[in-house]
Parts: sequence; C-alpha cells; structure tokens
Amino acid sequence: MNIHEYQARELLARAGIAVPPGVMATSPAEARRAMERLGVPKVVVKAQVHAGGRGKAGGVKLADSPEQAERVASQILGMKIKGLTVGKVLIAPASEIASEAYVGVIVDRATRSPVFMVSPAGGIDIEEVAAKTPEKIFKATVDARYGLLPHQAMALAFHLYGDVALVRQAADILQKLYRAFVDAGASLAEINPLVVTPKGEVVALDAKIVVDDNELERKPAIEALRDAAVEDPSEVLAREANLTYIKLDGNVGCCVNGAGLAMATMDLVKYYGGEPANFLDIGGSSNPEKVVTALKIITSDSKVKAILFNIFGGITRCDDVANGIVAATRQFKVDRPIIIRLTGTNEKEALQILAGVGMRALTDMDAAVEQAVQVAKGGAAA
Amino acid sequence: MSIFVDKGTRLVVQGITGRDGSFHAKQMLAYGTPVVAGVTPGKGGQKFEGKVPIFNTVAEAVAATRANTSVIYVPAKFAADAVFEAADAGIKLVVCISEGVPVLDMTRVYPYLAERGTRLIGPNCPGIITPGVAKVGIIPGQICVPGPVGVVSRSGTLTYEVVYQLTRAGLGQTTCVGIGGDPIIGTNFIDCLAAFEADPKTKAVVMIGEIGGTDEQNAAEFVRKKMTKPVVGFIAGQTAPPGRRMGHAGAIISGSSGTAAEKIAAFERAGISVMKRPADVVPLIQARLNGSRPARKAARRPAAKAKPAKVKKKK
Repeated sequence: MNIHEYQARELLARAGIAVPPGVMATSPAEARRAMERLGVPKVVVKAQVHAGGRGKAGGVKLADSPEQAERVASQILGMKIKGLTVGKVLIAPASEIASEAYVGVIVDRATRSPVFMVSPAGGIDIEEVAAKTPEKIFKATVDARYGLLPHQAMALAFHLYGDVALVRQAADILQKLYRAFVDAGASLAEINPLVVTPKGEVVALDAKIVVDDNELERKPAIEALRDAAVEDPSEVLAREANLTYIKLDGNVGCCVNGAGLAMATMDLVKYYGGEPANFLDIGGSSNPEKVVTALKIITSDSKVKAILFNIFGGITRCDDVANGIVAATRQFKVDRPIIIRLTGTNEKEALQILAGVGMRALTDMDAAVEQAVQVAKGGAAA
Repeated sequence: MSIFVDKGTRLVVQGITGRDGSFHAKQMLAYGTPVVAGVTPGKGGQKFEGKVPIFNTVAEAVAATRANTSVIYVPAKFAADAVFEAADAGIKLVVCISEGVPVLDMTRVYPYLAERGTRLIGPNCPGIITPGVAKVGIIPGQICVPGPVGVVSRSGTLTYEVVYQLTRAGLGQTTCVGIGGDPIIGTNFIDCLAAFEADPKTKAVVMIGEIGGTDEQNAAEFVRKKMTKPVVGFIAGQTAPPGRRMGHAGAIISGSSGTAAEKIAAFERAGISVMKRPADVVPLIQARLNGSRPARKAARRPAAKAKPAKVKKKK
C-alpha cells in the first residue's frame, strides 16, 4: 500500500526525525490558511499523489504569499499526474538548502534482508542515479534480527558528509528511519532529499513509505492511512471481497484462480491476438459469492466484449465457480458472452450445473482463450 | 529418486486441526504420505482421523515420532514463529504453505534457518510432491505421475496446468516444487535446479517463473554455467503493467527491472528452451529429451527417452 508524502512525513516525525512543519490541504482556501498558519515568507505547494515525477508534471510549485498559495493550489488540485487526480496538496516552508542527499531502506529480494542505500547525489530519482552514476550509491545490508548497527549507520553517513557533526546527525536519522520502516511494516522507506540547512541542521524534506500489504492486518493504525479516493473504485470493491483485480485496457475480461495462471491467461489472450481487460484472481478457496462479485466487477468495465473464465480446480472447486456464474446471471443481467474453461476438482458437477442453464464449458485452456478473443473481436459466439 | 521429499520423509503437520490443515492432512494421508504427527497447541494427546498423534509442540512431536519434515498451515501472522519452532526442534525441511506472511518476518526467519542448516520452501507456496511417493502441501495428487521431468515454479495453479499437460502427454515427473510467490522465499530456483541436476532420475527440468525480481535471471546464469540437463522455461506476466502487484506479492515490475522480456532474454542466452504458452511444454520437453542439445560430458548412455507414463483417468 502506498501512503501520501504528508503521512510518511508524520511517521518520520513521530520516529524523532527532524521534518519541517507541513499542512495538508484539500482546497485552495485551505491552502491559503495553511500558509498563514505556518507564518513563513515562502512555501512550496506539493501535489499528494502516489506517483513519482510530480515536479516535472507541474505538481510542485512555490508561493510567496497566502494569496499565491491559494492560486497555485487551485492549479494543482484536480490536475492529473500519471493518470491520478490530485485531491490533496501539502503546504510546507520553502527551505534554503545547502546540500541534498538520498537515504533509503528497502527489503532486498536478493540478500533476503533490509538494505540501506545512501547517496550524496540526492534530490533526483534514485533509479536515475543508479543508472548514470552507480559509484555515488553506497549500500549496507542489515541483519533484521539485530537492526541497523550504529557502526553501519556511521559508515553510511560518512559517505554523505565530511563534517563529523553532520555525520552524527545523519547516522541518528538513519537509525530512526530504520525504526520507522519496521514500525510501519514497510517494504520501502526513503528520504529524498535529506538536506542540510544553512544553520547546519540535517532535515528530511520529502519522505516516501510503501507498506507491505501483508502487515496491514496487524497494523490497524497504518491501514487507517489508506486513501481509497485515489484507488480505482472497482479495485476497492475487489479488495473488500478478497479478490485481486487490476484493470487494464483490453476487451477480454478474465476471471482466473491463482495469480500465476491469471497472468498466463492474460498472456495467452495476447498470444491469440487479443487484449486482456484485466487481471483477476479469485483466489484459492473460492465460494460462489466471490464469483458473483468478480462478474459484477468485470461487467462494470464497458470495454469488455467477452468474459473468459479459466479455472484449474485444486482447492478451488469447479462446482463452486459454476454455481457462482449461475447465481450472477440470476442476480443481474450479464449482457456479454461468457466463455468458460474449467478442469479439475468437481469438474463433472460443474458441467451439470452449467448445462442446467444452457451453458457449456471447455476443458482446454488454449481453445477457450482463442474463442474468447474471437468473440471479443465480434466473431461468432460459442 | 527425487528431490527434497522421498521414502524417508516423516512429516509433521503444523496446524493439523485448522480448516486448511485438516483438509490437506487428509489429502496427504490419502496420497500415502507418511504423516507421523500433527501439532496444535492445546490439543496434545488427541488423535487426528483416529491415527495421527497430535502434540502441543513440534519438539514433542519430533522426540516421539522422529519427524524430519514439517508442513505449515497456520494463519500468516503466526507463520514465522511456526518456522522458528520447526527449526528449533531440529526439522531440516520446512514447507510453509501460509499466504500473506509479512516480508519483514521473513527477513528474520531466513538467516536463523541458514545458521541451523534448515531448508525452508515457501512461504505462499503449494508445496512439493514426489509422484507416487509423498506429497507435502496442496498440489493435487491426481494430476501427477512418476517420470523423468523435474518441475520448479513460483506459482500454484499455473504449475498444475503445466504438470497436467505433461501428464496427459505421458511425461511423468520426478518431483514438482512450488517455491512460492513472495519476494523473500526460503528456496529459490537455483537451489532446486542444483538438486535436479544431482538427481540421477531427473532427465529434464521445467522452470516456471514470473515477473518481478532477478531470481530467474540468476537461475539462467546457473543453467548456462553448471547444468548438463536440458531446461525448458516459461515466464508469466508478459502483459503485466509495471508497478502493480499481480496477485503474488513478489510479482511486480519495479521501475524497468523484473520484466518478462528481460527474463526471457536471460533464458535464451542460457540455452533454455522458452515456452511461449503453457501448452508448449510438451513438444519442448520431448525435443530436449530426444537430445536436441548435446550433454557437456561424453554421454555414457544416450539421452533416455521418456517412458510413456500411465495417465490416470480423471473422475
């Protein structure tokens, strides 16, 4: 789960990291009052969206009066950045900056450990630094049982600053960042840029935290930070029904059990010349209700021209899926053709259930996908 | 022969009285797996299905039954502790089926196991099956038959699809391993490839990967440098958009890394036959078993032809 910058800043501040004050605003008038409240001569107004490259997209602007803050906020609120509508802005004092660095910690798959990355070349996308000047990135692997050791934090900080007073401040921030990372159940926590003010203070200007979805059940305070307004409504509906749904641009709606098979089904749609409309995994122990919700979500996408079921029964019982399909057609009008492939556990029962309402099913994945692609293209239905 | 699971397997089921644990314990017993013990705290002294003794702790189960392998079906938030408990009891192979285990838990589990020489398969995996001998996990037994092909995969149902296609074509399996769809897993592709390379009964390997991470790329490098046996590979997620988790927590293209194209290119460089779709597995395995790639050492015997295995008629 992504959280907003203003929320990440709050988590860092709570961990004891120096973060300049900031106020979140959802309207231009609020932005004006926010600047009045901060009482500083110059602020930066920043779009709060779950996307990088906000500055380049015009989502970060300076203002030197409350009136200008209001004007700038009215330009940023409602704009689209990488397809996401901006509903919130952060108003923060514009800082004088002596230097910009990057510090971050991620869960690294290769070492199976948290890994810190720091770079004196901060303020820009770290992937860009990694690609262009990899020698400016320094790493330390953390043994998660002991956390970031003080000497590791110092060694990293010495890569950022020459002045030992700054090094000590930065090392302290790294320790606190690690604590915030663990407390949030994050898979990534970064400060970019970490800046030195003209007074010689090291402060976090921007923060990003990505939370591991698997932590949310045991961290209700973090779950509460979720901003459902920035999510696709059908993805929210799917999540609440314990389905995994990701909307794409094609016209073959897919309903599959298992993530790997769901991806392979999308790929096979493409292989036969079609375009998948979505990724949808109904999960392992599916019940008929889940299938009904899945069909509701798929049919709510007006681009969908054909609906493809691909079920390999293991824990998932084919008769559950068949019952779900029948129940859905009774509850609402499924006005698009459905092509069903099912095999495995209780396949025979499923075929009988479908036959009872005049539906048929295939047992071969390739045959079903090919047919769904043809139907979506306007070919003859099964 | 086989890898990881064989005739010497003595299995303890952690969470044997839970909904998933009891269902799959019955399936494993029905398959003929030596399930020697179950563990549910507070239910020690009872019997599962009237025959499998239940213990309060894994240590008690090991002391009483000499269990050497464990399978975990406990809820995700308790999974890490269940793995620690198994390792502390001296279990050398732990298979964790639980889905939704926080990844930071795994960062603590992994070094602990490494220090104790315990192998973990999973979490968030379907487990492992040595057809005709034993199954540890949830892979449907009826789709597998014994034979010469090793299968290793990050997925569940996609593995079943591929195994089913092999079985229908008369290509049986030595062992099928589902290594799991999470970003941090105990056993990776290379571990399994090395085990299949060392297993005399395995004549060819199918490797089913997906987007996200670099495990497949590293495995391709291993195949190129270390493997004499033919490998056929598939990557799921060619149509997946970047930045989105495709169901599996580990299936995500981060920035420009972990794409299907990058992995397929690595496969091709390593001489792995690439499946464009699941159904390609049969012709590609048949071609490789017929020796379309020369073995590195002078072969003492010609590449074994796959014996047509019996395919059980599905009910």
